[in-house]
Amino acid sequence: MSGWLLVALGGAVGAPLRYAVDRGLRRWHEGPFPWGTLLVNLAGSLVLGVLTGATLAGAAGEGLGLLLGTGFCGALTTYSTFSHETLRLAETGRWPAAFGNVLASVGGGLGAAYAGHALGLLWWA
Amino acid sequence: MTAEGPFAEGPLDAEPLAGRDERPRRAVGPEPIDPDLPAPPPVPPPTVLAVVAVGGSLGALARYGAALRWPTPPGAFPWTTLVVNVLGCLLIGCLLVVLTEVPAPHPLLRPFLATGVLGGFTTLSTHAVDVETLLRDGRVAAGLGALGGTLVLALLAVTLGAWGARRLVRPLLARWGARAGGGGGGAR
Repeated sequence: MSGWLLVALGGAVGAPLRYAVDRGLRRWHEGPFPWGTLLVNLAGSLVLGVLTGATLAGAAGEGLGLLLGTGFCGALTTYSTFSHETLRLAETGRWPAAFGNVLASVGGGLGAAYAGHALGLLWWA
Repeated sequence: MTAEGPFAEGPLDAEPLAGRDERPRRAVGPEPIDPDLPAPPPVPPPTVLAVVAVGGSLGALARYGAALRWPTPPGAFPWTTLVVNVLGCLLIGCLLVVLTEVPAPHPLLRPFLATGVLGGFTTLSTHAVDVETLLRDGRVAAGLGALGGTLVLALLAVTLGAWGARRLVRPLLARWGARAGGGGGGAR
């Protein structure tokens, strides 16, 4: 299947899932902190880490990488909404929340990618 | 969004964040008339989901196209992901101000463009795995540079985008309002 089609399919699932998770979480916990964006960013980084480990171990091919990695994980996670939400927190004077969001998203995303990569290698290597 | 109340005249906008306002519900149908009916389920309206899916596809395709056009060789600094993310942040800063300032934008514009297109275009997962791979390969300076560089440039870009849009859009709308109605500040 064409790479473009795989990326489009993955993106068509990842982006609405991000929206649904965000809305669902907001029903449980109303507040200024963007828990939904943080959750999808961490989950997507973990999944992409696992996929990277699986690819390096030879267990996942290019097609799965485009569908699940470039398309789904790429669209599930977002840097633009994260940046905008951080700016909103800062502009409304919620500096600890803004710093916490940066640390949790960027540091946590890196940690999730690392953990996923290690899990993928452990499982498939 | 009651917590946003005191900041209604805040510098960015009084809108809830991307795609999570109540407008899509209004766009889909009226509130139930019978108060005994159960509250609507916590599933977003299908129209909004479909619009976000189409936007997310387009954003992901644009990112894929950029990665094909400017591929990052293994072990190299991930410039393409950095530029994609910073560009997306600049655009979302502009967009959300414009959608707040323009009177009565279409309720699906925000979910389509902000949550869908720009959310699908930018990515934290690819960025995180790029950095993780660089660190794992011992390229610590490049990895930390990509991590910190993306963060600083992205936050600057979203701030600059919002600031630029406010500087540009408000005077334009004021001029348009003055010309159209003569009521003085009819647009806002």
